[in-house]
Amino acid sequence: MTAVTVPSGAAGAGAAATAVIAEPRSRRISSWLRSSPGKVTVWALVFLWTIPTFGLLVTSFRPENKIKSTGWWTFFKPGDYQLTIKNYTDVLNAKTSNGDMGKYFLNSIKIVIPGTLLPILIAALAAYAFSWMRFKGRDWLFIVVVGLLVVPLQMALIPLLRLFTTGVHIGSVTVFPAIAGSSSFDFLKSNPVQAWIAHACFAMPLAIFLLKNFISSLPSELIEAARVDGAGHLRIFWKIIIPLSVPALASLAIFQFLWVWNDYLVGYVFAGGNNAPLTVRLVDLAGSRGEDWQRLTAAAFLTMVVPLAVFAALQRFFVRGLVTGAVKG
Amino acid sequence: MGQIFNALKVVVLGIGVFALVLGGIYSITTKLQSRWLEAGQRSLFLGPALILLTVGLIVPAVRTAYNAFFDDTPRHEFVAFGNFVDIFQSHDELTAIRNTVLWVVFGTVFSTVFGLMIAKLADRMRGEALAKALIFLPTAIALVGAGLIWKFVYAPSNQKYGLLNALIRLFHLPRSWGGDGLWLLNPPLNTFLLIVILVWVQTGFATVVFSAAIKGVPDSMLEAARVDGANEREVFFKVIVPSIRPTIITVITTTVIAALKVFDIVKSSTGGNFDTSTIANNVYDHYFISGSPNLGSALAVILFVLVIPVVIVNQRNQSRTRELG
Repeated sequence: MTAVTVPSGAAGAGAAATAVIAEPRSRRISSWLRSSPGKVTVWALVFLWTIPTFGLLVTSFRPENKIKSTGWWTFFKPGDYQLTIKNYTDVLNAKTSNGDMGKYFLNSIKIVIPGTLLPILIAALAAYAFSWMRFKGRDWLFIVVVGLLVVPLQMALIPLLRLFTTGVHIGSVTVFPAIAGSSSFDFLKSNPVQAWIAHACFAMPLAIFLLKNFISSLPSELIEAARVDGAGHLRIFWKIIIPLSVPALASLAIFQFLWVWNDYLVGYVFAGGNNAPLTVRLVDLAGSRGEDWQRLTAAAFLTMVVPLAVFAALQRFFVRGLVTGAVKG
Repeated sequence: MGQIFNALKVVVLGIGVFALVLGGIYSITTKLQSRWLEAGQRSLFLGPALILLTVGLIVPAVRTAYNAFFDDTPRHEFVAFGNFVDIFQSHDELTAIRNTVLWVVFGTVFSTVFGLMIAKLADRMRGEALAKALIFLPTAIALVGAGLIWKFVYAPSNQKYGLLNALIRLFHLPRSWGGDGLWLLNPPLNTFLLIVILVWVQTGFATVVFSAAIKGVPDSMLEAARVDGANEREVFFKVIVPSIRPTIITVITTTVIAALKVFDIVKSSTGGNFDTSTIANNVYDHYFISGSPNLGSALAVILFVLVIPVVIVNQRNQSRTRELG
């Protein structure tokens, strides 16, 4: 009940605004309202969902003193609108000892592309094994993997960080080298390798869970036929599973991209200093005590541009996206 | 320009090396005797995932489960179930557990219902793409932005920029509704207000996935039902919902787990004060603030136990679907 209170309050404001419109048109509107309740519901929900973000958009163009002293809706009162792009120029022009925004933007791209592609490829391989390879304890192993979904990220940060700083040694044999602060590999220092591995680890359970649901629902006749023709697992995976799973892979890629791009915690812990992503930089912009939080209004929209572009470009893949097909259309 | 080129080079190189290693191992395994072939290929497919899972999640999880049975004194004495007893006798921890249940129930029900409703009602509607994109918008916003967005909605009455208080004033509603304008300070209302944020973020995900599923239901099935005299309500509940059931279960599972782990929303709004705390938030506090990591570990174990029924139900449904399919 309470969860709906907020939206219905805001809907009241919208209804009050439309009531001002002249009589004949309002009759036309009311007849449209009655004739298609479904559409009305959708647009009402869209309105409620968008209002908070819209408020932030308006706020991002208001001067600091106005943001902090009046509500964003007063912007629409005559005589009160003041526009400024200062919040945006503050964010874009901010220079630090580590460079400008363009650099952090690139850092985010350097993190997000491997942080999306690597875990999806690895998860697809595992999902194939869970779906089409027979071995003892398969279902139990899968339950464990899905159960790992619930391990809170915060719990895993410190053990993982320790692994990166000290590596794994059995006696005097190094099983896994310490990659943080290592001087032997320049590549590891100049690239956010730790963030790639961390994102891949944390993405694994959900990616395996979603892809397994999809891959196991593919028609078994196809795979059996290929097997009879003498195709090995890798050939089946590469020539049959991957092409048929493109929609699921693309949908998952979009979500993984969004999570990695918007991530703050992993970036903060595993990609500091010269490799810091955009989100980490933006929080810095709010000032050490958060006193400049008005800048975040503009920053929030600048970080949103890339995810929205990706979503728009790949939206058509959602046609049969993460759908696990009981029905094969 | 050179920087972009460098970044791309690194990315392509990284993935290329990975693919080469996999391909190399594979070509070796195909030359092995058939007894080793299966095992070799299996470890090739599962190996990388299992290594990542072990390093990033299983080792921390096992360590946590082990620590849960020791106390937080400097001597780390074994206390068996002592931490669990403490948790179930503490008002704060019980509140966090109760709140987590509220998050799971209300967060999941509302995002699933809204997602299904919007996906169905917007299907083939004029402006469908725009409506879906706008509903999806919150999912694309970084938490840094989302926290700020809701600050402008729930701000207390001493700040002029709170939308809810402005609406209360505009319609002359009783001020007691929002706890005299102090929305987030007022339990249990505040927990529900925070759940609204989760629903706001999660519905976009649900809508997009459901919409894809609904479009996958063949027209011929819908037509057949209509010819048989089913009305639109019956077509929805008796044809569409059963056909997309696996998708519904997937979305519910994902949302339940997001709700169980909810942390960012609580931390950035109330910090878990005023009875809004959740299990994940308390785990964080025990680990990083109050210096009682072992008690936090016991709480994390409780969280893990809560998810087991979800996974089992899911697994059973998946295998039933496969039998039917």
